[in-house]
Amino acid sequence: MDFDDTPEEAAFRAEARLFLNANAARKQRSSGAHRYGDTDAAEVARAKAWQAKKADAGFAGITWAKEWGGRGGTAMQQIVWNQEEAEYDVPPNIFLIGLGMCIPTMIAYGRPEQLRRYVLPALRGDEIWCQLFSEPSGGSDVAGLRTRAEKRGDEWVINGQKIWTSGAHYSDYGLLLTRSDSNTPKHAGLTAFFIDMHAPGVEVRPIHQMSGASNFNEVFFTDLRIPDEQRLGAPGAGWKVAITTLMNERLAASEIRRPDMQDLLELARSVEIDGRPAIADPAVRERIAEWHAQNAGLTYTRFRVLTALSRGQTPGPENSIFKLVNASKQQAVAAFGMDLLGMAGGVIDPAVAPMHAMFQDSLLSAPGMRIAGGTDEILRNIIAERVLGLPGDVRVDKDVAFNQLPGGR
Amino acid sequence: MNFDFSDDSKLLREQAQRFLREQCPPKAVRQVLEGRAAYAAELWRAMADMGWLGAAIPERYDGAGLGYEALCVLAEELGRVLAPVPFISGVCLAAEAILAAGTEAQKREYLPRLVRGEQIATFALAEGVGEPREAAIRTRLVDGRITGSKWPVPDGGIAQLAVVAARDAAGILLALVDLQAPGVTRHALAMVDPSCDHAKIEFDNAPATPLGTAAQGWDGVRRLLDRAAILTAFAQVGGATASLEMATAYAKERFAFGRPIGSFQAIKHKLADVYVATELARSNAYYGAWALSSEAAELPLAAATARVSASEAFFLAAKENIQVHGGVGFTWDYDCHLFYRRAKLLALSLGSQRYWKDRVVAELETRNAA
Repeated sequence: MDFDDTPEEAAFRAEARLFLNANAARKQRSSGAHRYGDTDAAEVARAKAWQAKKADAGFAGITWAKEWGGRGGTAMQQIVWNQEEAEYDVPPNIFLIGLGMCIPTMIAYGRPEQLRRYVLPALRGDEIWCQLFSEPSGGSDVAGLRTRAEKRGDEWVINGQKIWTSGAHYSDYGLLLTRSDSNTPKHAGLTAFFIDMHAPGVEVRPIHQMSGASNFNEVFFTDLRIPDEQRLGAPGAGWKVAITTLMNERLAASEIRRPDMQDLLELARSVEIDGRPAIADPAVRERIAEWHAQNAGLTYTRFRVLTALSRGQTPGPENSIFKLVNASKQQAVAAFGMDLLGMAGGVIDPAVAPMHAMFQDSLLSAPGMRIAGGTDEILRNIIAERVLGLPGDVRVDKDVAFNQLPGGR
Repeated sequence: MNFDFSDDSKLLREQAQRFLREQCPPKAVRQVLEGRAAYAAELWRAMADMGWLGAAIPERYDGAGLGYEALCVLAEELGRVLAPVPFISGVCLAAEAILAAGTEAQKREYLPRLVRGEQIATFALAEGVGEPREAAIRTRLVDGRITGSKWPVPDGGIAQLAVVAARDAAGILLALVDLQAPGVTRHALAMVDPSCDHAKIEFDNAPATPLGTAAQGWDGVRRLLDRAAILTAFAQVGGATASLEMATAYAKERFAFGRPIGSFQAIKHKLADVYVATELARSNAYYGAWALSSEAAELPLAAATARVSASEAFFLAAKENIQVHGGVGFTWDYDCHLFYRRAKLLALSLGSQRYWKDRVVAELETRNAA
């Protein structure tokens, strides 16, 4: 057992560091304001400039084939890059959905001339892509979506609504899943397209989240016309296309969420209970120990995953464990940290609240973490069915035409 | 990144699994549980013949010299089948104490006997209710004679030799005591898990020899407990894994309301949570294995973390295994309760969850201050 890079990984790490040192500043750990806020136009511009720089140096599409402008590297190199980049103060990566999910789907289903047109600009960050799957009537049950696609001559006409679309407000293109046939069971009546987000008939409205930020959008389609060339896969075969997209879900870079364990220790040291630092209180110690054990368990589980990856194995559904544990832990730590502040725990004014209101901010963003990208419940189903091999639930909608389902139309 | 067991260790795991499936079925555990045997003597002898008792003992003391990775693997596999043998007390504590603290002569005298299974040793720490702590040690060693009362002592009824935590004028030390010598009285203790022998041992001026030349101090005891906590964590992970496998298998074959109960989300989510707890515990135990094998400075934190994680996972897995089985899980004849009993016993034997959680934070505090 060791935690060392292979010689190849070490060489790549050195190369990545060289580039990062020359082009970005190292991150300083600060207990300063850390709000999960909006991505504004200036930030998008900075993100695009950074992406172009990475692409020119061969760090944008690390695992992509050379023919698509990539490096032809390994998944482990991507991880090494993510680890190194996380140490630097760089703009947010707003290209993950496009490059991790949309473009791989395009490569699988698009026409050669379309790929020549779209892949490189996406890789360089000149054009941003979003994924238009979720709907008000289809969240965890994506295949229950209702946005209608009607074939008229050589065109398709789209009417309906998407929701929870990350980054739709700064995206140029989108991968769209629609219902083209309501007379078949729900999975069989879907058709996939890619669309121009600036086309007439597309309207993006930001969603004001409970945290105060707006990272997601609603997207409305009113008689949006799409040429048939923009269809991906056969009519009615949209579910298969969607699976391709979802299979490409990134192995999430270990996102550093604050407050972390170090922040919690800092708070427990600085706050007093009955004239003693809170950290001396046995009840406080028990909780901190439990979260440390979870946190360490996730860290070393990630090491096990990386070891498998380093040997060329593909990570499986076991990966659901990370977000499932993290999201609830984040929520619990936030609530506990506020509890340590007693009567003042509810103050979220960063100028007054200890540690710039990091615990209060986290309390308000945590519910979203437990839902986005697979709810706690869906992740538990994935573990139970795909890891433990338990039988699927009874599906009452399986062999019924979509328009015969309650709420289906 | 190579955070995995070596190929040699994996081979050993396969062999151990095959062997224990044959030689340590639930029937063998019940022999001890139901009082027909004090421990699985035949299994113990076979383990000695295969070199398992000396897996981490250097070859110059007749050990196999395979290192701690191998010992971790064996602990997990023995934990999986609830092997009723004095492995943790004898191999992970007593032999480890002699190896760490004994004089060269003591190592040469005792280790080969323990490795060959000619003698069973245990470690006597607790003196009744309470956590491991220095002030609780009242057993005294004066002029080569030991006096005091130790309980519960795991495998105290079947061991012939004990490493006893005691004190003399200089402080805390470890003493070697022949349990068959005059001045030693043993009473069997009824335990929540009767598949593990336990005794109360009274020492009344019994002959005893200090282990090593210098007193170990309480730090020496704690180092021993830390190392044993990692090995025990593997046993607990093994038990948790077996409990989860039992529950999963039953959830697939048991039908109610016209469908397998494993198709209900109430069961799925419960077992998903057990899986998560078990995997986190396994990963923390792996880190402990690394710390043991490399004598890392991180060992105390790694040990406390592995212990907290594994104690929680095993008890969760064992209790939910009974719950998934429903009524039959509560019967004597089903094996669910064997895991439930062992889970709670192992979570207490080296100190409670509260104690080890406190150790986690104490270690975090020292690291953070540094």
